[in-house]
Amino acid sequence: MKLTPVLSDNWDKDKPWTLAGYGGDYKAARKALAMEPDAVINLVKESGLRGRGGAGFPTGNKWSFIPQGDGKPHYLVVNADESEPGTCKDIPLMLANPHVLVEGVVITCFAIRANQAFIYVRGEVLHVIRRLQAAVAEAKAAGLLGSNIFGSGFDLDVVVHAGAGAYICGEETALLDSLEGYRGQPRLRPPFPAVEGLYACPTVINNVESVSSVPPIIERGVEWFKQYGSERSPGFTLYSLSGHVAKPGQYEAPLGVTLRELLDLAGGVREGHELKFWTPGGSSTPLLTADHLDSPLDYEGMSEAGSMLGTKALQIFDDTTCVVRAVLRWTEFYAHESCGKCTPCREGTYWMVQILERLEAGNADASDIDTLLDACDNIFGRSFCALGDGAVSPIVSSVKYFRDEYVRHWENGGCPFDPTASTLFAAAAAS
Amino acid sequence: MALSAQTRELAQQLIARYPRPRSALLPMLHLVQSEEGYVTPEGIGLCADLLGLTKAEVGAVATFYTMYKRKPVGDYHVGVCTNTLCAVMGGDAIYAALKEHTGITAQNGVTEDGKVSLEHIECNAACDFAPVMMVNWEFFDNQTPESARQIVDDLRAGKPVAPTRGASQVVTWKEAERVLAGFNDGRADEGVAAGPATLAGLELARERGEKA
Repeated sequence: MKLTPVLSDNWDKDKPWTLAGYGGDYKAARKALAMEPDAVINLVKESGLRGRGGAGFPTGNKWSFIPQGDGKPHYLVVNADESEPGTCKDIPLMLANPHVLVEGVVITCFAIRANQAFIYVRGEVLHVIRRLQAAVAEAKAAGLLGSNIFGSGFDLDVVVHAGAGAYICGEETALLDSLEGYRGQPRLRPPFPAVEGLYACPTVINNVESVSSVPPIIERGVEWFKQYGSERSPGFTLYSLSGHVAKPGQYEAPLGVTLRELLDLAGGVREGHELKFWTPGGSSTPLLTADHLDSPLDYEGMSEAGSMLGTKALQIFDDTTCVVRAVLRWTEFYAHESCGKCTPCREGTYWMVQILERLEAGNADASDIDTLLDACDNIFGRSFCALGDGAVSPIVSSVKYFRDEYVRHWENGGCPFDPTASTLFAAAAAS
Repeated sequence: MALSAQTRELAQQLIARYPRPRSALLPMLHLVQSEEGYVTPEGIGLCADLLGLTKAEVGAVATFYTMYKRKPVGDYHVGVCTNTLCAVMGGDAIYAALKEHTGITAQNGVTEDGKVSLEHIECNAACDFAPVMMVNWEFFDNQTPESARQIVDDLRAGKPVAPTRGASQVVTWKEAERVLAGFNDGRADEGVAAGPATLAGLELARERGEKA
């Protein structure tokens, strides 16, 4: 397996966040704007690019759902609200290389016939917002945004819009409500955003990495892109390794690599310890164990392993970590971030926290696990959006693989783990 | 106290950026915080007035989002990530250390000198740098209880403090809020492109002569 730096290729250059550091004048956008918009959509369809925000929906297909000749304005909204626990790829990408995103925005908008785009970025990343604002301003000054781009007659305005702290706004319809100036709560679908999105107009919502993957595909072609990855999950992507691993970080590699291969690159699990559990794509994707080290990290491979590729946020936990503590904390997160619209999610996450607190403290018994799983059954699939589904993932999967550890908590009368042993500085102090 | 004429003018500029005025509400609430420090009744009134909404409608939005504060925060607002991965890697210990060190409680929320406030935050998309702390939404990567205490002491002493990935110096809460509202402060060229973890894969690819 070899690494494939594309989006990350200029990150070690001088000021890669500037147009000069990006090393181009939007060559790919220039090429795309000389094509027919439908030809651009077809090219992205043929590439097989799938959404990098978690769901893996084919990007070109999403674009093709936008009705044409409908007389309504069309919008592109870039989902830069990266907040899924463990996920840390879009933020470093935009910090180092915002122009690849802005160029992707130009191409996408041209393809879907949108003259207005929004980059909805979470608010808690001040310097990333500065870099995005500066990149948009620089592109505009260079004539790469604005009116009559490249003399093509195509006009495009881009607004960088900072959110205000709400995980749910990463859900695309909640994001739209938020962008319209409301509380960020998901909408019932249909109608889908492609038909009635922002201001009830046709809208494409794409993840940062998806949009950023477009310029290289346009520039270097479909065949080049498809030589990487698998037939159904083509291309390359950013894998983010975090936690108890020797060299955490961003590894841009072909889709379908395995965690074993990535861990080899990253120096393995923290010295003196063993892999206990991991998430393939954030906390909303069911936990996996060392038994899944050789499962391909692509959409199909993770589904076969009983999980999901999600955001490729590989959170690695070693044998010092209490799985009950980990799951309790994630559940507290979901309870805090539930928008409150749907009863099963709002009430269910609250009660699951109460039960997990008892389990972690050792004041529970087997009936509490049954109640917990019963609550999961009553949340999964019963809400407007996937937050509730995500909330049950760590619980159900942890009970599946680590029921014994739950039992040990009440047998032991408390958590059998020392939380200091799992910290980064404990390792530093010991060495 | 009524907000300044300048804030009112900037709010109008924000409204003009959007196809529909109400889309400017979130940026306007950041703008309110850039003058007032938090979302004051006057700030809610300004937004309602300019957007033709009721104060209740604006308040309903403001209270949904955790970055909008209902009471003053410090000049430097410190957030410690205690979501699972950071918590396990040391975030819980850092948060506990800072609470003890500063004497900040849920009731007072801010140090007596008004310099520093503290909250625990959810995942801030820097897990490869865990445990992570934010000051006015700038990244402080790979923290320890000792390093976190030092940062807070330096902030309270008025010393310049540099994030690991961010501007060359942490700006004040109000200055940061103005950028979040949508007004760039010209600091984008400061600081690094990437931290060591961000570059881990790229450096390996360079070493091994691998490219796409």
